[in-house]
Amino acid sequence: MAVVLEERKDQVLRLENGAKDIVCEKESLAGSVSQRACVFCGSRVVLYPIADALHLIHGPIGCAAYTWDIRGALSSGPELHRISFSTDLTETDVIYGGEKKLYQALSELIDEYKPKAAFVYSTCIIGIIGDDVQSVCKKAAKEKNIPVLPVHSEGFKGIKKDGYKAACDALYRLMDENKDEEYLEDNPFTINIMGDFNLAGETWMIKEYYQKMGIKVITALTGDSRVDEIKKCRHAKLNIVQCSGSMMSLAKKMKEVYGIPYIKVSYFGIEDVSDALYQVALFFNDKTVLEKTQELVRSEIERIYPKILEYRKALEGKKAAVYVGGAFKAFSLIKALKTIGMKTEIVGSQTGNQEDYKLLREVSGEGTIIVDDTNPLELSGFIREKKVQILIGGVKERPIAYKMGIGFCDHNHERKTALAGFQGMLNFAYEVYSTVESPVWKWTQPDYL
Amino acid sequence: MEKKTFVSTRNACKLCAPFGSTLVFKGIEGALPFIHGSQGCATYIRRYMISHFREPVDIASSSLGESATIFGGRKNLSAGLKNVMKQYNPKMIGIATNCLSETIGENIEQYIKEFQSNDKAYSKIPLVGVSAPSYKGTHQTGFHEAVRSVVKTLVKRKGERKKLLSILPGFVSCEDLRHLKEILEDFGLDYTLLPDYSETLDGVFWNEYRKIPEGGTPIRRIKEMGMSKAVIELGKSLLKSESAGSWLSKEFDIPYYNLPLPIGIQESDRFFKTLEKVKGFPMPEKYKKERGRLLDAYIDGHKYLFGKKAVIYGDEDFVASMASFVSEIGVIPVLCASGEDRLKETLKTLIDPKIMDQIEVLPSSDFMEIAEKAEVLKPDVFIGSSKGYFMARKMKVPLMRAGFPIHDRMGGQRMLHLGYKGTQMLFDRLVNIFIEVKQETSPVGYSYI
Ligand code: SF4
Ligand code: SF4
Repeated sequence: MAVVLEERKDQVLRLENGAKDIVCEKESLAGSVSQRACVFCGSRVVLYPIADALHLIHGPIGCAAYTWDIRGALSSGPELHRISFSTDLTETDVIYGGEKKLYQALSELIDEYKPKAAFVYSTCIIGIIGDDVQSVCKKAAKEKNIPVLPVHSEGFKGIKKDGYKAACDALYRLMDENKDEEYLEDNPFTINIMGDFNLAGETWMIKEYYQKMGIKVITALTGDSRVDEIKKCRHAKLNIVQCSGSMMSLAKKMKEVYGIPYIKVSYFGIEDVSDALYQVALFFNDKTVLEKTQELVRSEIERIYPKILEYRKALEGKKAAVYVGGAFKAFSLIKALKTIGMKTEIVGSQTGNQEDYKLLREVSGEGTIIVDDTNPLELSGFIREKKVQILIGGVKERPIAYKMGIGFCDHNHERKTALAGFQGMLNFAYEVYSTVESPVWKWTQPDYL
Repeated sequence: MEKKTFVSTRNACKLCAPFGSTLVFKGIEGALPFIHGSQGCATYIRRYMISHFREPVDIASSSLGESATIFGGRKNLSAGLKNVMKQYNPKMIGIATNCLSETIGENIEQYIKEFQSNDKAYSKIPLVGVSAPSYKGTHQTGFHEAVRSVVKTLVKRKGERKKLLSILPGFVSCEDLRHLKEILEDFGLDYTLLPDYSETLDGVFWNEYRKIPEGGTPIRRIKEMGMSKAVIELGKSLLKSESAGSWLSKEFDIPYYNLPLPIGIQESDRFFKTLEKVKGFPMPEKYKKERGRLLDAYIDGHKYLFGKKAVIYGDEDFVASMASFVSEIGVIPVLCASGEDRLKETLKTLIDPKIMDQIEVLPSSDFMEIAEKAEVLKPDVFIGSSKGYFMARKMKVPLMRAGFPIHDRMGGQRMLHLGYKGTQMLFDRLVNIFIEVKQETSPVGYSYI
């Protein structure tokens, strides 16, 4: 049995008769080895893919060093986002304040790299040493004539989700400060893709689907996006929000202020991606768009389904565990695993909320274990208990699986294989197949399998 | 110190202090690293280590949140320590502060004392605290500070002098540690190697997840270090005031040898001679042969190497010894760079002044600065961690991966650098890089070179 600390008992839920609600959205328990990152991490994930912006991390060096180029968010043009800029504060800065250094850094970097906008991420100690980041940004913006946006992402002031919110606030300011700019577009069907970060080119794939349906994507927030697109994206007729965690606050704000409705979708798994496309088509309710969508979905499914069935043959009845950042992704994964014949025995997220967990309960079968903000010891205990054969998670979870002698599939921001869309489902099926079927397990089979 | 062209840091060539400290704690038997501060840093550090070592790295954190930063983190720390003791059952906990806890003025020594005196049940497990604010140095600072704290906390009694050799290797690879142990054993020396993460961070397959991996310097052996008959500490960048070795030497009146990392003939000779002196015997036949084979290889390969230009970057001690090695074989280390600030002084301790004149030294630099300098110097090879890949790719110059981190290849933890054998491996790789370039760029396609 897994060791679960008393204080965490309510963050673990076993789907048995009369199970109560899970407790979530808590600060991580002191002393546990949480798999969570921090507020800053949330902001960085969301804004990082904006390729022609300067991303300056204000603080000591670590936060910048550890996030240098770790995400596979691709750009079709400029790649300024891939350089990790930091004010690299030293002891004197900490004592006398880092404002001057921040100002100098902004000035020199804007002059050198000529970005279209700059984001300044405050990390943990900035609030404490009392830097007025806001006014430094204002000054730099005025002098250099580009938007310079503070992102309040002090790591300890919450969890990753709060970082999403801080990033959304910065994006909203970018739109709102430029709301007088004109936008000309003939196509009446305009959308923004929200919450997709173009990992391994996924945004490109999704954009292509919408284009084939006759729909114009103004921007993706923020996969392969550009500052100028974001400035104009408030002209869209509809926002398509993926990954409930990261962009909901912005979608709500855009609805409230600009009256743009939004729909929540997921691009993982055949059902969900088809649904994402149909929902958009139905929203515009245009005959040609609908026909094109049907055609697209049909031809894509025809293309991938026979191959998926082949993998399914090998995978039928195998057991999986899913532990990811946001709960929304977990639903899709459960469904996608079902498509290839697998059962999800353990499912959890770092940052899910009550509503997410309710939905998770609905899609999960009897006996499933649901965990919030788990740690390696707990997770490995549950994996043993449930005799799981593959773990789906992020890089931090990988060694847990490997040391136990079971398969692992990276479904996090660092992945280099596209897992979204129809092709993504095929890639996913292949990855699970090639993992589970590898002959290496013959030598390392855990004693419980 | 030379003037930096930019105030900001662009792609850092260093990491932060708690990183180094936690690595040291990973190298002590039964120890669990703990970061007193915000959660994010612990997670990022884990992720960074995992990507290199491909092993589980559990680092606990006191997860300071907003209220803790106002009222102090005492409560979080003690709750965290108790939880960790319950869950992991460690033999020691190594506690590093981070930027946040330092900035709010936490006194770790004080807290540890209080914790241990408040509750006798918890006073049995040794706690080692290290102050690791990143704005005061780099991961190397954190590393050496931690070694020093471990020694200062655990080494107490002064007993009879034993035949024991204490060896403090600094931040080297797991394979390097294993090789050092092999050498010491072949010399018939009774030794304590601190830290020793050769097993904990490059362990065998487990089958069942373990709380704390096997291996590491036994605490019992650390306690005896005061009775050593000699202390060898690798790394010339160390200031006496910061070094564990010089503390041991002063406190217990032990002969102290501070040597560069033994890479190349000159430095390996120096290292082996020191061992001969400590042991009072000439080196075993095996190593004479290794040395002889290395000389033989130097001759075999010299024509491919003469006049080639190398850019070497990374930690000071690594860069210095690597520069010394390549200049033995006719390669000019045209640029030596580090994120640390004492590179020139360190280089001067082992490099011939005539060669020094040919080296451009960039202390306190970052990767963009290194890349810009390299564009001018047009090297034939880059030598350093995988973080230099982006510039090597851009300039179409081969990169010989060595040191830390290796995030884009397998086996970084198993790369050998030290001794005649390590040098032999580096030599073969380096010479083959030039042979391959020659072969690939020749229109003939020679199959004998
Ligand atoms: S705050 Fe300090 S300790 Fe934490 S990651 Fe940043 S530099 Fe490292
Ligand atoms: S917790 Fe704070 S200091 Fe640590 S990585 Fe996050 S923002 Fe940086």
